[in-house]
Amino acid sequence: MLSQLPLLPVLLPLLGAPACALLRRPLAAWVFSCAVSVLALAAAIALLAATWQQGVLSYALGGWAAPWGIEYRIDLLNALVLLLVSAMGAAVLLGARASVWREIPEHKRTLFFVAYLLCLAGLLGIAATGDAFNLFVFLEISSLATYALVATGRDRRALVAAYNYLVMGTIGATFILIGIGFVYMLTGTLNMADLAQRLPAVGQSRTAFAAYAFIVVGVCLKLALFPLHLWLPGAYTRAPSIVTVFLAATATKVALYVLIRFSFTVFQVEYSILALPLETVFVVLGVVAVFAGSLVAVFEPDLKRGLAYSSVAQVGYMVIGVGLGTVAGLQASLIHLFNHAIMKGTLFMALAAVVLRLGGSTYAQMQGVGRSMPITTACLLLGGLSLIGVPGTAGFISKWYLVTAAADREQWLLVLLILAGSLLTAVYIWRLVETAYLAPRQSPASIAPRALEAPAGLLAVLVVLALANIYFGLDTRLPVQTAGGAANGLLAAVLP
Amino acid sequence: MLCLLVATAIALIAVRGLLASIMLTSVYGLLSASFFVTMDAVDVAFTEAAVGAGVSPLLLLLTVAIVGRREAASNARRLVVPLLLVTVTGALLIIGTLDMPSFGSPDAPAQTHVAPRYLQQSGDEIGIPNVVTSVLASYRAYDTLGEVLVIFTAGVAVLLALAPAGQGGSARAEPPAPEHLAPHTILQVVSKLLIPFMLLFAFYVQFHGEYGPGGGFQAGVIFASGIILYGLLYGLPTVCRVIPPPVVEVLAAVGALIYGLTGVLSLLAGKNFLDYSALAADPVTGQHIGIIAIELGVGIAVAAVIITIYYAFAGRLHTRED
Repeated sequence: MLSQLPLLPVLLPLLGAPACALLRRPLAAWVFSCAVSVLALAAAIALLAATWQQGVLSYALGGWAAPWGIEYRIDLLNALVLLLVSAMGAAVLLGARASVWREIPEHKRTLFFVAYLLCLAGLLGIAATGDAFNLFVFLEISSLATYALVATGRDRRALVAAYNYLVMGTIGATFILIGIGFVYMLTGTLNMADLAQRLPAVGQSRTAFAAYAFIVVGVCLKLALFPLHLWLPGAYTRAPSIVTVFLAATATKVALYVLIRFSFTVFQVEYSILALPLETVFVVLGVVAVFAGSLVAVFEPDLKRGLAYSSVAQVGYMVIGVGLGTVAGLQASLIHLFNHAIMKGTLFMALAAVVLRLGGSTYAQMQGVGRSMPITTACLLLGGLSLIGVPGTAGFISKWYLVTAAADREQWLLVLLILAGSLLTAVYIWRLVETAYLAPRQSPASIAPRALEAPAGLLAVLVVLALANIYFGLDTRLPVQTAGGAANGLLAAVLP
Repeated sequence: MLCLLVATAIALIAVRGLLASIMLTSVYGLLSASFFVTMDAVDVAFTEAAVGAGVSPLLLLLTVAIVGRREAASNARRLVVPLLLVTVTGALLIIGTLDMPSFGSPDAPAQTHVAPRYLQQSGDEIGIPNVVTSVLASYRAYDTLGEVLVIFTAGVAVLLALAPAGQGGSARAEPPAPEHLAPHTILQVVSKLLIPFMLLFAFYVQFHGEYGPGGGFQAGVIFASGIILYGLLYGLPTVCRVIPPPVVEVLAAVGALIYGLTGVLSLLAGKNFLDYSALAADPVTGQHIGIIAIELGVGIAVAAVIITIYYAFAGRLHTRED
């Protein structure tokens, strides 16, 4: 079975989804989905270990060698993203029961878990494949499932949010498909490794330029890079709490992976005339995203929506790392990819608990929540500190590597801007502290009577996620070394 | 043909009534299908004719029947930025095609790198005459599995969005209501003659996919079109008695699972996922068995999902009329 390892993390949820649809009882569907996602996580862990030991693993689907057949090609980068997505997928699902039972009507619950597994399978498939068209197919699976999940949100505005996301996402996917079509026209192959070999010969052509432009714009729509982020706040705010946790922790991360994979492995932009302007574009858009996202988050009356804007800002940090175009920059970007999933996982999971008990997540509703839900609020705060980048948390490691990478390139202005961005984060996290702990309790009628902690299942997952923020702030080996290895691998082909 | 396509597209944008634009969408679908035929892509043409010209305009019509046929007036000033974006995209597309090898050129990279092996070896390696089927069902079978799951996801998404409450997760139609529309006698008689042939043709396309154009996708949409036509003329309750919605929903999952489990069988036989040569002693026979099995899965899944989507839309309209 070891030789099948690269396939397993994707195959389990992919076939688990239709099997789950055959289960009529929602509880059975939930238990089944949990089992599938935990098994997928176990496979992803084994896969990362195998990649460390044996280097790049290749798996020929259908037994046909690439480029004739489809290849799964797992290097450290793939393995890291697979681990992250499957871990968050399993964790969120394990804690999901109470929240799903509260927010999703009974007749939709089974299908909800089917869609969740499909979304998970799609994201994992994108992260595992070594074939450009196969990537698009799995992108479609994950996107369609995501639109459906967002649309199950409680009020009807979820439908509008899902529709906006659908329109933007479909444009993005179409752009990616056009780009892939162009590179196929140029090279006659769809395999990424094969593309990487054959593209430099035609890399100066206008078609290659157009192909890369289409792919970058398409992926950035999915990534919600400023100014293509307009779908994100609505989708994150209106989606069911559990869906928001899952999307915030995985979807944009996978999009960033795709951006990195196409830029550095397939197109090797360092070689082409694109290198300089593109780096500038990424750094500038990243910085603008950090400030625009954070500023909106500061003034947003609803914490869930505020954190959604904060995600726009955090994507900015990751893209700055990509734009630096160095090994250190890429490493910082990947570390932040990993850590941000944990931070936002914690924060949105805590909000899922808050919404479950208080019915909403506006600052007004959360007055004094620190007293009625002490554990949840502590986790929320821990996630917030990590988001700011306080030493001892995972967020600090992210910021540290990003600042160091920028300093290496002697971009002092950029260093300053990154630090200023953190200050803005501190502003809206402070607002949370004020609301949760310092604000006087409102008149008893306006707050939910005796709001208690969330059920044990949700709370346990939340505490584990919150502690992960501290763990990865102290023991940084997993993200830092894997990201370092992955970044070296990405740039080994292009750097002397 | 291309001029007609462009003309239809422009008319589609210019026309204001939703009903007219749906009809034009259907015309566009039919034109695209004919265009695909002239490009020798008959497999794609089949699907486009059934889905692009038939099923999707029908779903749009059902939607319009629910939401009304007038478009809200849009503000012309706000169109400047979108226009600019569209222009840039169009320009980029044209730039992209400037260095394109001329159509059908034998020296084009698409013809010289991967394709020759498909053309020259697939006869020996897979042993069926239709190379398109060889590529879709074996060389790139995993993509096709992905596509089936995309279609399955679409079905799940529609059910999640449209499932009425309190009916056990399915868009089940109400018990047969008295028909308040005059029966379309002529259409019913004609369709009674037509539908058996449509269904028969679907089976022909399904099982002939190895030798001629066709396969599970095409067969699935043709079969579903036949059922939908029946539903349109005899009413939703009647067709729901022929094929109950819960059965269709289960079939959608079963179709996807048949495909997936064929792959798992080769895993269990010690080969890679979807390596059909593990399914029989002789690799070429194994390929045959595998392709027939997965095409069956594709056909079932596609037909079931399209019928499910139709039920969900028509069910909405039906509850509204009552």
